[in-house]
Formats: sequence, structure tokens, C-alpha cells
Amino acid sequence: MVGTAVDEPTQMQSQATVVPPRLEVAEDRRGVAEDFGQLPSEISVRDLDFFYGKEQALFGNTIEIKKNRVTAVIGPSGCGKSTHIRAYNRIFNLYRDQKARGEILFDGANVLSSQTDLLDLRRRIGMIFQKPSPFPMTVFDNVAYGLRQHYRLNRADLANRVEDALKRSAIWDEVKHKLNEPGNALSGGQQQRLCIARAIAAEPDVLLMDEPCSAIDPVATAKIEELILALKSKYTIVLVTHNMQQAARVSDYTAFFFQGRIVEFGPTTKIFSNPAEKQTEEYITGRFG
Amino acid sequence: MTRSLRLGDPVFRVLATACGLAVAVAMFGLAGVLVYNSWPAISGLGTSVLTTVAWSPVDHQYGALAALAGTFLSTLLAMVIAVPLALVIALLLVELVHPAVARVVGTAIEMLAAIPSIIFGMVGIFVIVPFIQDKLVPWLLTTPLGGLPGIKPGPQFQGGGVSIFTAGVVLAFMVLPYITAVSRDVLKMVPQVTKEAGYGMGSTTWEVMHKISLRYANSGIVGAVFIGLGRALGETMAVAFLIGSLFTSLPRSLFDPGTSIASLIALTFSEATDKIQVSALIELGLILFLITVVLQIIAQAWLRRVQRSTGGRA
Amino acid sequence: MSTVADVRRAPPRRSVARRKATDLVIKVFAWIGAWFGIAVMAFIVWEVVMRGAGALNVAFFTQPTPQDVTSNAGGFANAIVGTLAITGVAALIAIPMGFLGGVYLAEFGRNGRMATAVRMIANVVMGVPSIIVGVFAFAILVKPLHHYSGFAGSVALAFIMLPVMARTTEDILNLVPNEIRESGLAMGAPRWKVTLGVICKAARGGLITGATLAIVRVAGETAPLLFTALSSPYWMTGLFGPGGFFGGPVANLTKTIYDFSGSPYPHWQELAWGGALVIIIAVLGMNILVRLLFQRGKEW
Repeated sequence: MVGTAVDEPTQMQSQATVVPPRLEVAEDRRGVAEDFGQLPSEISVRDLDFFYGKEQALFGNTIEIKKNRVTAVIGPSGCGKSTHIRAYNRIFNLYRDQKARGEILFDGANVLSSQTDLLDLRRRIGMIFQKPSPFPMTVFDNVAYGLRQHYRLNRADLANRVEDALKRSAIWDEVKHKLNEPGNALSGGQQQRLCIARAIAAEPDVLLMDEPCSAIDPVATAKIEELILALKSKYTIVLVTHNMQQAARVSDYTAFFFQGRIVEFGPTTKIFSNPAEKQTEEYITGRFG
Repeated sequence: MTRSLRLGDPVFRVLATACGLAVAVAMFGLAGVLVYNSWPAISGLGTSVLTTVAWSPVDHQYGALAALAGTFLSTLLAMVIAVPLALVIALLLVELVHPAVARVVGTAIEMLAAIPSIIFGMVGIFVIVPFIQDKLVPWLLTTPLGGLPGIKPGPQFQGGGVSIFTAGVVLAFMVLPYITAVSRDVLKMVPQVTKEAGYGMGSTTWEVMHKISLRYANSGIVGAVFIGLGRALGETMAVAFLIGSLFTSLPRSLFDPGTSIASLIALTFSEATDKIQVSALIELGLILFLITVVLQIIAQAWLRRVQRSTGGRA
Repeated sequence: MSTVADVRRAPPRRSVARRKATDLVIKVFAWIGAWFGIAVMAFIVWEVVMRGAGALNVAFFTQPTPQDVTSNAGGFANAIVGTLAITGVAALIAIPMGFLGGVYLAEFGRNGRMATAVRMIANVVMGVPSIIVGVFAFAILVKPLHHYSGFAGSVALAFIMLPVMARTTEDILNLVPNEIRESGLAMGAPRWKVTLGVICKAARGGLITGATLAIVRVAGETAPLLFTALSSPYWMTGLFGPGGFFGGPVANLTKTIYDFSGSPYPHWQELAWGGALVIIIAVLGMNILVRLLFQRGKEW
């Protein structure tokens, strides 16, 4: 589609100027013209501030995470990318001195409010961590963990869903004979896919992935990237990564963070080929960070 | 200067090594002396020590069963109370409180370990025993629990104050700090990521604790329990004050008096004049020694497992 | 695609309220448990203070143990002196040996087979009941010589202290970073100078803590003294002879407390509580003191 002008997206506001996503030519990898403004948002963040004790780490973050899309979060180390997504599932609440302020709207309610049921929130927003962290139990029990915890299922249903989750995580064939072995007997890449299976088995709406491939070898990384593309159709994915090529490969939208602020946010192709901000350009071309 | 370099180091090394080996020598020396001195009893009495109930030197009876039973029951009661208590306290220290609070609470519990056994015994006999005798047991007997077998104290005894129960309860608080400290150390070794992953799945604190942390640390917890067990078995003074000195029969009730191996030795050793009696007492000591050594070895093995699974020395 | 597709998005949910309730109950138990543990500790200290404070007058610290049950006189002075002597000699034996043993484990043995064995044996010995150690000391020092002695008591206490001191020293020395070790050696100093001078200076706080705690721990022991030093109603009279340290039973605090608390005379019982108070103050006081002064003793 050529030259489709897009209306000023009304929900997008950020610290710096944001370029309304203008869909150029069919250089868009996925070949689908998207009207950012019309896409349903899974998570809307408004003016998110974050504090480690007295130190402020995030400054007025505002961003829209669109449903069934992969949003990549990039930026140099320490820029606040992990901190930002860890606000979505309130995992930061484990630590006394970490506080967040602002609005994170998910399914109509502000996640940061004290009324939020954390158990349910975390059922619907799953998280994959940098270091693969299978629980100290069998492969089967790992995947069944969320299912057993949140749902009432008979054994047959449970087994079906575990198998389903493992299949959808592209690891079923490798572990189908190992279901009763401990989760940490698998290789690093397999463990991470196991963690993904564990997360999706519980039927979340969103998957937060915090640098899921940084502790894994390149071959396994490729598998996980493929997986992310496949999972996109069912889940909304937010992917923090320090690997720009990865962001370019798998994501639809990219947010560039710097020192706790969102410098630029837009379609991935745009960010990587024609960024609006100078800082973005410098980061992408490797001049810093 | 060269002189000292040549002499100083080898001498130092030999000295240090000798002292290190002294520990091992001491242990084997202890074992050897115990065996040597209990030999007359071992050869003279054979297995009857382990099969006879009554310990009555007057009648030339040297049975350790009553003592073994008392040791076993009081220790069991102590562990039943102490282990769950220690685990929830460890949970609190690791997950539920601010590190500064954890330090204070932990230190307070640790002080419990520093209180000498004899003081537990004294407070036990002057304060706890009357309470149990005058308040607890009469109350217990009015409840349905009072009808259960093994609860009502024998009428010929003083009403349950000086008893296996009292010894077990006081013992529980003597071992509590050890089990708590080791459990806490072991629970702290559960990687933060794994716990976060648990919370991230929407688990409550207790769910993360018992489905993930306890499973992760279970070898260590087992090791902690064995350490507590070893201490409880060897506890002498407090138990001697509180368990009574009934050497001649097996306890019929939790609130009957009894005896334990350690307290039997403590209470009768100095009056023992008969050679066989002394030797038999030392044989009892040997038995206790062997039990605690085996337990310690098992505990060490379990604790090493934890260190290995988390990679390297903790 | 799975066959369960249509059911998948909505399986029946488990009760969140129930899970939260269980979580709350456990948390409440944990708090109750912790408070209970602390309460027991406070209670014990309280009882000892209440019952023993009245006995602590000048007489307590200057007069020997009473033998006349009718008078109100007497103190525990000889017992205190005895305990100081017995514990002191035990420390003289065990602290240097234990320290050097710990040095062996930390500096020379490290991961060798012999060191691992020694370490394991030390751990095992630490778990041996103290009464067994008393029996051992009886067998080697009392029986052959046909008399009790304070020295036998010291040997028993030293036996208990030795592995504790060795392992504590090892742990403390292991905390000293390797860089310090290496830079000391790199300057060409002999091993023993580096160890004693540099490393021990760096670990001084921990070592003092360890030694103090080891001494204080055995000072409160009763069982090992039951058949070694026994006790005596008199002052210790020198080193040898029936009243001497090496020659006969020596009054000591713990055994005296044990004897007096079992007596039927209220005044004697009160004295026993006084003795208990002295011990509690010494033991808990030293514990808290070393922790405060040298906080690296134990990390929470």
C-alpha cells in the first residue's frame, strides 16, 4: 500500500516528540499496513515513574502496547528497560524500596492501584526471565505449575494442556520422553523454552520477556525467536533486548529507552531505518551504548 | 633472614598440620577409650544391655531399653515441636521481614542457643514443672484429649510435671535455634530468579515457599533436622532435671517420668562403685556416641548435597 | 493446533480467596512462632534475673560456698574462681591448638583429602554430647589417677573447644580475600609471617569473636565437669595436693549451681539462682558484646 496517510494518533505521547507511524512502502516486513491508532491496546502506560528508594529510575514513561504484537524495548544497559516491564506485573513489589507511580492500564484497570489482585494479574501477564529458571521439579510439573495453581482440571485435561503448551513452545518433541525428569536436566535453551511453555500453559494474555536469550547460545536463540513470531498470534509480547538485530528481526514496534525515558517509539522498520531522534540514531548505529 | 625462611616455614607447617590432625586424633582417641572402658560390660553383658528394660545396678540389671525409650520419645516430641516452628520462623526471616528486623529476630533466637543447658533445667524445674503439674495436666484431663492412651500419667507419679513431655517441650526450644539457623541459611540460597519466577506465575508467598523454596532446599532442611536431632539426643542437664529418674520401666504415658541415656549417665555415674556398673555406664556412653556420630555424618552428607547443587561452597 | 482449542481459554478457576487465606494463616503462624521463640528466651532470662538478683551481694562474690544449712551466709566465690581457673586452662590448651588447626585447614590443607577428612571429623566431634566428653576425660585422667581434678575438667572443656575453634578459625580465615594472601607472599615474606602477621591482622575481629564465643560456650557447661572436676565446698589451694588444681576436685560454678538447686534449702536455692544469673550475664553479655564490637562475626 502506498502512501497511506495516517491520522494523528491521539493516545501517543512521550517525553520527546514521537513520530506518528507513517507506513511507508511495502518495505514493512509483514507487508500489512497498520493503523496504529486503531489497533487495540493491551496495555496503556501513562506517566510511569519508578523509584529505587530515593533514586528515580523511570521518568514519565508513556507507551501503548498493542494486542497481538511484539513490542521490543531497547536501550543501553541501565536505561530502565527491565525496570519498566517489571512494573507491568508488579513483580517489583517483592522489594520494599521499589515504588512505582502513574498509570498502567490493563483491561480497564490501573495495575498499580492497591485494589489490584496480584495473583490474577500475574496469571494474565506472564514473565520470562533472563536466566532460565525452571522450578525444582519435573518437566511436567513445571509446565503444570500454573495450571494446577489457577485452575481446576482433571488429570486428562491437565496432561493435554501440558502437551499443548510444550508443543506450542516448540519443545514437545525434545522432551516428550523426559516429562518426568527434573527441569534443570535440560540444556539452557531448552530450559528457557520450558519456561515459556510454563508461562503460556497458564493462559496469559501478555508475555513479558526480559532479555530471554542473553544467557543462551545462538542456535537456541534462533529457535526462541522463531517461537516468538509464532506466539504473536495468540499473545501480546513485550520483549526487552539489548540485541538490536533481534529487535529488528522479531518485533513490530520498538521503544528506545535512554536514562529512564522513552526517547522514541514506533514501528520497528521506522526506528531502524529512519529514526526521528538523534539519540535513537546514535544508539542504533552503535555510536554509544 | 634466610635462616628464618628455611626453618620458620616448615616448622610452622608441621605445627599447624599437627594441630589439625590433633582433632582427628582426639576423636579416635575418644572412641577408643570408650570402647576400651566399656569392654568389660560388652563382653560380660552382651546384647542384654539393648534388650533388657530395667537399669537397676542393685539387682545387677543393666538394661538400657528404658533409657533408649525415654531418649527416643523426648527427642521425637522435641522435633515435632521444633521443626515446623523452625521452618516458619526461617520463612519469616527470609521472606516476610525487612533484613534489619531479620537480624534482630535472628539474633534473639540465636541467644536461645547460647543459654546453658543447666539454666533451661532450672527454669524448667522451678517454673515449667509446677505449671504442667498444677495447670496443664488437670486441664488436659478434662478435655477429650485426656482420654487418649498415653496421656494420663500413672497415679503413682507426681502428676505429669517431671515427665517425658516436659523434657520434650524444653528440649524443643533448645534445638529450635540450630534448626532455624541452618534452615534460614539454606533457604537464602534459593536463587532470587527462581523465586521471582514463582511469584511471576501468580503464587502466594506460602506457595512459593513450599512448592519451590522448600523443594529447592530440601537436602539442607534434612541436614538441619539431623543436626537438631543430634543435639536433642545428647542433651544432658536440662533433660536430667526434667525427665525424672525412672530407670526401671518403660513409660506408659507421655506425662510419666522416664530417663534418657545422657541423664542416666549424669545422674548415676558418680555413685557408681561397682566396676561392671561403671563399665556399663561407659557402654551407654559409647552407644550414645555412636548414635550421634552416625547422625552427624548423615547430616554432613545432606548438607554437602546442597552446596554441590548450588555450585561450590556456600 | 490442539484439539482442546475451544475449551482452552476458559477452564474452571480455583478459588483465589482460599489460596490467599492459607497464605495469610501461614504468615500469622510465622509471626506467632517468631514471637514465641523470642518470648521463651526473654522469659528464661527474666526468671533468672528475678530469682537470682536478690542473691548477688558482696558476700556472694567473696565468700565460699556455705556448708551450714542453718545460716544465711556464704557465697559462690570459690565456685567462680574455680570456673575461671578451669575455663582459663582449657582455653590455654584449646585456643592456640584450635587456631593452628584452623590455619592448617584454611591455608595448608584447603582441598586436600586429609584436610577434608579433618574438617569432617571436626564437624562430627562438635556434635558429640558433652557428657561423653566428660566420661572420656574421666577415663583418662580421673580413673587412672584415682582422684578428681580441676585439670581433668579443663581437658574435657578443651576437647569441646578444640574443633569449634579450628572450624571457626578456618571460616574466618577463608573470608580473607586471596589478594591479601598473595600480595603478602609476593613481597617475599615467609609463609608463617604472612599468615600470622598479615592475614590474621585482617581477620582479627572474627578471630577474637570466635575465641570468645568458644570460651563462653564451654564456661556454661556442666556435664563435662560432673565426673572430672566434680566440685568442692572449699577454695582451691594451689596447684597440687588434695585441694589443688591438679590434685583434687575444684569448685566450679555450674556443678555448684546444679548441687545447690537440687537442695531443699531456700537460701541455697537462691544462691543457685544467683549463680545462674552470673552465668547468663556472662554468656549472653559476651555474645552480644562481641557481636556489637566485631559485627563480622556472623552475617545475618
